[in-house]
Amino acid sequence: MAERTLFDKLWDAHVVADLGDGNALIAVDRVFLHERTGASALKSMAAAGRTVADPARVFAVMDHIVDTRPGRGDATTMPGGSAFITETRAACHAAGITLFDVDDPDQGITHVISPELGIVLPGVTLVAPDSHTCTQGAFGAFAWGIGSSEAEHAMATGTLRMARPKTMRVTFDGQLRPGVTAKDMILTLLARHGAGGGSGHVVEFAGDAVTALDIEARQTLCNMATEFAAVSGIIAPDAVTLTYLEGRRYAPNPLPDWSDLKSDEGAVFDAEIVIDAGAIRPMVSWGTSPEHSIGIDGFVPQGPGRVHDYIGLAARMPIAGVPIDAAFIGSCTNARLSDLRRAAAILDGRHVAPGVKALVVPGSRAVKRAAEAEGLDVIFTRAGFEWRDSGCSLCFYAGGEGFAPGSRVISSTNRNFEGRQGPGIRTHIASPEVVAASAVAGFVTQPSSPSGEGDAKHRERPEPTVQASPGSAALRRPLREAKRV
Amino acid sequence: MPPFTTLTARVALLARDNVDTDAIIPSREMKTTGRTGLAEGLFAPWRYVEGRVPDPAFVLNAMPDARILASGENFGCGSSREHAVWALAEWGIRAVIAETFAPIFRNNCIRNGVLPVVLAKEAIADIVGREVTIDLPMQTVAGYRFEIDAEAKTMLVEGLDAIDLTLKRSAAIAAFHRRDRIARPWVYL
Repeated sequence: MAERTLFDKLWDAHVVADLGDGNALIAVDRVFLHERTGASALKSMAAAGRTVADPARVFAVMDHIVDTRPGRGDATTMPGGSAFITETRAACHAAGITLFDVDDPDQGITHVISPELGIVLPGVTLVAPDSHTCTQGAFGAFAWGIGSSEAEHAMATGTLRMARPKTMRVTFDGQLRPGVTAKDMILTLLARHGAGGGSGHVVEFAGDAVTALDIEARQTLCNMATEFAAVSGIIAPDAVTLTYLEGRRYAPNPLPDWSDLKSDEGAVFDAEIVIDAGAIRPMVSWGTSPEHSIGIDGFVPQGPGRVHDYIGLAARMPIAGVPIDAAFIGSCTNARLSDLRRAAAILDGRHVAPGVKALVVPGSRAVKRAAEAEGLDVIFTRAGFEWRDSGCSLCFYAGGEGFAPGSRVISSTNRNFEGRQGPGIRTHIASPEVVAASAVAGFVTQPSSPSGEGDAKHRERPEPTVQASPGSAALRRPLREAKRV
Repeated sequence: MPPFTTLTARVALLARDNVDTDAIIPSREMKTTGRTGLAEGLFAPWRYVEGRVPDPAFVLNAMPDARILASGENFGCGSSREHAVWALAEWGIRAVIAETFAPIFRNNCIRNGVLPVVLAKEAIADIVGREVTIDLPMQTVAGYRFEIDAEAKTMLVEGLDAIDLTLKRSAAIAAFHRRDRIARPWVYL
């Protein structure tokens, strides 16, 4: 038998029927809904008189619209938002599917709690009406985002009709330098190959630097496969994966043998990219697409003029030293326990710069409890961060709570689109450690590395020339003094 | 779903790459759990100036009769929200032409009777602003050939409901599950 890629194996195991011309009817093993788009699918199904084929394999959670301020209930700051919550609850109960409700101890962001509960497993197909479902490919599952209509299809039939995607392998050779993270790996890929670079492909992340990542960092890497226009990202399961899944609520006991779930030696991919992991630097985005990312010690390049107009930064200026108004640690990209630990290690004994609004939103209630058990919440709150309940929160702006219009935010999230975090908001995406260090400094900076390289206290802070644009109070203020970080 | 065979209409150009679904319809414009009332929020950040006054410079305000929207690379990237397609369709856009599409957005188009057409940059530049005819059975736009897979083409031309189509294969689905329950019992909860 010909050598097959990991994706070939996942696909072949799920073909229910060949529809011709490269299309197939694919079995869907797990569906996960959230209140933003899930209610719409369930309501539409009910209106059409259709039922969920196998409710035991469909799950739902409140994550997108639910308030993250302490003491929350069904009320939310988003105008009309509580209807999404109450309608999703009613629709889930009527359909007989498992719901992790607002006050459930297992509530959290879909792509954080699905792994925590062992709902995603190696070898399964899992879909959700959420583009970041690709996060869960980190477990060797074929997990991808769909729209509401396809969610209805998946629930009503247990299948999806789809064209077979192409395969791409992105190999990160060698080892990451200290202080360089999975977030920097994916931002490097996006910066070099563009936000459309993975279009139509399922991307397998491979190489020594990938297998060296812990399971949470692997999820960060796969999370942004959708920012690469990939259908999904996948990583072959290994001992790290199995150790994590052992004993999880929905995982089988004992775990089955998944050792064949990897690309065969000599398997051919439709496209290959190789990146030297040792050359990757801590990254930050400068523009309005994740592909607009540069090394944090780099200079803003010349891009489309409207991008510079929106972001308010001139070409050729250093990105380090750009003053920020807010810092956000959260989202399905970087709000797991390891992310919070790394940020807290930087914030311990320090305080955010005056005038910087800072908040941290754990990815799940389980993450929140674990963080509190080791005192991370105390470190964050002493440093001036707000400590929130779990949810998607200010990763996007739904019309309720937001940052001040026009403000500049350093964010551990995955999208820096125009207006993503609110009208006129300029978002710079980066790792949690860069967000923490920047919050303390009051400007974009990286934390100290073992060599001291790039540390604000070891070098002259660049004097950025900031291009003022209307509505930006931040940019009219004088640059803040450099603080020791 | 309304069938799509041919369409003759003007082509409006949104001259950008990576037009994301947050731009097509921001999260704050998704005010109901239903699928209607979304055209109001279509391209809200770019379509309106302060006070929600239409910006005459924005292409859909300048060409309100355009039924075809053209753009650059990676159109529809970002959030999976189908509201982006519902908003475009409610506004009257029946086809989107781009150099490449984000995969989820493309699938959402096909499920809602909106034709996604992939054309080269030069062809797009040639048809912008013109009234052109799209012939889906022939797979042409103003004489330019475009590719579309047979499944998507059939769904659009015949206006098929994908769920009804798949439910006709319930015997094959049941047979798959009988085999799969033996091979992977742990999948079934």
